[in-house]
Amino acid sequence: MTNETPTDLCHAAALVRAGELSSVALTTRCLDRIAARNDALRAFITVMADQALADARRADAEIGEGRYRGALHGIPVSIKDLVDVAGTPTTSGSAVTPRHPLHDATVVRNLRRAGAVIVGKTNLHEFAYGTTSDETAFGAVRHPLDLSRSPGGSSGGAAVSIVEGMALGALGTDTGGSIRIPAAACGIVGLKPTYGEVSCDQVVPLSATLDHVGPLARTVRDCAVLFLGMRDGEIAAGAGAQIRGTAWLGVPRRYFFDKLDDDLREMFDRAQSTLENAGHSIGTVDIPLAERAPDVYLHIGLPESAWYHAPMLAAEADNYSPGVRRRIELGGYVLAEDYLRAMHAREVLRRAVDRALEGLDALLLPTLPIGAPRIGDSTVNIAGGEEPIRAMMLRLTQLFDITGHPAIAIPCGAGHDGLPRSLQLVGHRGGTERLLDVAAAVEAQITGGSGSVGGGVG
Amino acid sequence: MTVDAWLTSACADAERRGIPELKPLLESLARAMQALRDSDDAFGHPAARSQNDPEPTA
Repeated sequence: MTNETPTDLCHAAALVRAGELSSVALTTRCLDRIAARNDALRAFITVMADQALADARRADAEIGEGRYRGALHGIPVSIKDLVDVAGTPTTSGSAVTPRHPLHDATVVRNLRRAGAVIVGKTNLHEFAYGTTSDETAFGAVRHPLDLSRSPGGSSGGAAVSIVEGMALGALGTDTGGSIRIPAAACGIVGLKPTYGEVSCDQVVPLSATLDHVGPLARTVRDCAVLFLGMRDGEIAAGAGAQIRGTAWLGVPRRYFFDKLDDDLREMFDRAQSTLENAGHSIGTVDIPLAERAPDVYLHIGLPESAWYHAPMLAAEADNYSPGVRRRIELGGYVLAEDYLRAMHAREVLRRAVDRALEGLDALLLPTLPIGAPRIGDSTVNIAGGEEPIRAMMLRLTQLFDITGHPAIAIPCGAGHDGLPRSLQLVGHRGGTERLLDVAAAVEAQITGGSGSVGGGVG
Repeated sequence: MTVDAWLTSACADAERRGIPELKPLLESLARAMQALRDSDDAFGHPAARSQNDPEPTA
């Protein structure tokens, strides 16, 4: 056995497979991190210590008998508390009466089949309806680098669980950016697969036609392993993003670069130069009507969430936090005509992104226009104007939830404020695995392949 | 229903239901609604004027 501290999921998997680190030891480290830091950070709502250790012991026994299942076998992962795990309440971060599922969600079942050890359920913006993870019945999730700041959201607890070594992989959901936003704010990697690739069965919906499930982790390769496990429950030997060759990338300058903080603009330009010097080909592309994405998003997301929440709102409106309740109430006022108008516009935007990707491997743009915001702030000063934080945080990500294209956030360093900044790559629909390959190549140039900008695990 | 008529009606309903704090959100939604409707031509609404005499396709 080794005393080596694994730096990421794939490193841990290699140690576990080689018999140099047990799943019980790895899981115990994660549970110890949760015990030490969760009071301050509020990353977890439910910690499943006993079950996790029992699952870890079983994994060690199976691996010891030569029945190794793949890179997730014996690896501790966290599950956003919007997703059903049998025998634990699904709170959705709310004081509204929780679900008490008897069965695992399909995506959880897949992860278990791949051998993952579930350490607990992570905190989130209530019902995933926000980008800051501070409206939750379980206490605002705090940014590990600065407790006065938000880790982003809605999968805020998921991101913190990775940064803090409380888990080696995390399951999040992304309806307008809720995987990529906290990944960007916390300096880790977050993948939103193509729409429909990972099952949303038994995942509390925010907006059924916009919801995606995907992983957060320290590296692109970690995310690739988690994505395969979430999708199929089977991970082929040697699976994971490969770094091969150079890529053709397109930068959509119009709209997406109108409002960025100065640090991010400088870091993006530097990253682009680095990639060009490494042989990647980068040109400028346009996505017509991208500036209409927020209007389209509102007219799809608001009524879809109002529909889902109508019975619970009628029964226990006072149990919602005020801001989330207001947004749900607002959805009830959207006219059917405008919902259909937005659904038509969505198809046009989908084709526009398809066209922008023609002849390219991926689009390259920033993920989040700002660093992690202070908890409680509702506006931010950017590009010489005061802007609502919620709109700014969704600005660069929501289009790809509307269109369903796969997108991944990759850290690109820290600003003068010491807070992480992030690049986003967007791939072809149905091309998530190719996107992961491209992302691995970009990550290797930008971070030297080490992925996240924070410290090591556990 | 015009956006103005919708906003008047929605604000009155919110007031009647005891949630007047919805008004600024309704006003913001009204701006988004107007912008979306104003984009009908750009998004190729099938009944928009610019779509009435489309070029024939092979």
